[in-house]
Amino acid sequence: MQLDTLVLNFQNKDEKAFEELYNMYSESMHGVIYNIVRDNDIAEEVMQDIFVKAWQKSNSYDASKGRFFTWILNIARNAAIDKVRSKDFKNAKKNLNSDFFVDILETSESLNDQTDAIGIKKYVDILQEKCKKIIEFLYFKGYTQKETSEELDIPLGTIKTRNRNCINELRKMLVE
Amino acid sequence: MDLKTYIESGILELYVAGQLSDQENREVYDQMRKHPEVLQEVLEIEAAVIKLTAAVSPKPSAYIFEHIKKHLGLNEEETKVVSITRPKHNWLTYASVAAAVLLGVGLFWSINQNNALEKQISDAEVENSYLEVQMEDTRKELAATENILKAIRGKDVIAIPLGGQGDFASTYAKVYWNKKENLIYLDAQGLPEAPEGKVYQVWSLTLNPLTPTSLGTIDDFNSDDTKIFNIKNTNESQAFGITLEPAGGSEIPTLEQLYTLGIVSTT
Repeated sequence: MQLDTLVLNFQNKDEKAFEELYNMYSESMHGVIYNIVRDNDIAEEVMQDIFVKAWQKSNSYDASKGRFFTWILNIARNAAIDKVRSKDFKNAKKNLNSDFFVDILETSESLNDQTDAIGIKKYVDILQEKCKKIIEFLYFKGYTQKETSEELDIPLGTIKTRNRNCINELRKMLVE
Repeated sequence: MDLKTYIESGILELYVAGQLSDQENREVYDQMRKHPEVLQEVLEIEAAVIKLTAAVSPKPSAYIFEHIKKHLGLNEEETKVVSITRPKHNWLTYASVAAAVLLGVGLFWSINQNNALEKQISDAEVENSYLEVQMEDTRKELAATENILKAIRGKDVIAIPLGGQGDFASTYAKVYWNKKENLIYLDAQGLPEAPEGKVYQVWSLTLNPLTPTSLGTIDDFNSDDTKIFNIKNTNESQAFGITLEPAGGSEIPTLEQLYTLGIVSTT
């Protein structure tokens, strides 16, 4: 498993591995952070911070407890949420609207110029409304199953399968 | 476990989202290592989530990684020194240059000071989010431990100590059996790590005649920190035993590798 080796090298302070992981995940993390803070400069700042800390704390990652992606995603979400709650953010900003990630995809000027992203936008539009929300809560916002079920008013027991169906839809779109 | 049902259950999607308990995480990890199909599925889910989240990003600046490296002091480059030739000036020029420099230094100093403070704050915030992740881990571990404790303290639970046998006299284990729920909790802390290519297999026994029934192998023995495993048991067991078997388990127990054994007291 190549990724495992990469992560191990990273934990052994291999800069090349660090750069490779950065290239793999930075845009994704930036997307998640941006979706929470809604400001490009701040999102970049938070992303820079989390990668700096990831390097410094690389040993606290434990593969048996989850994916590397999930680890860094967790930290990114927490850091972004902390930023939004912090005082200097509140001073500089703006009451945050409760927009979803789909709204970002819909405003074309914030879309990056990759055809990839434009393709995704087209497909995400046709995702079911419930799917957009479930993905927003579970992946972008880091809600627990329970919080998601309360927010969407659907039974806790159905979150798992419903989310599976939504991710399946998304995957189908991405390979088409 | 039926692999297809496992994959279809949606557990892997929640695994990538980071919304499973510690125990579930470990279970998925073990399944991934055992079954390439599970790993492949996780990779595909992860790839889809990465693509989607990346699409939301208004593409971050290309220089950020340079900043990160600089911040961490990785492969620092030497700063260039440029020499200048000095033309002659009168005192007024010198004085105004000196004043400008002083002013500049002062400004620079206070901007720096301010930046440093802001940096400290944001460092503390990120530090905070790391601690939150750690706290969450600890909370989950605690909840899992409390669950185990609750389960083995129940009124209907009987405890059966398994003593070390033969060459393995120094090993031990304990079975907590909830007959009502057809469940046993096996505390296997007293067993050494299973060697490469071997697994512990748990047996339910009836005596007279001696008939062993496999309760399955403990595949995640080495990776499990608590060393407590819950196992289904619908048998009318009269004793429990643990043997070390080749990976995958055996049809009948290898008695030379019988580590621990304990008889259910009938009183």
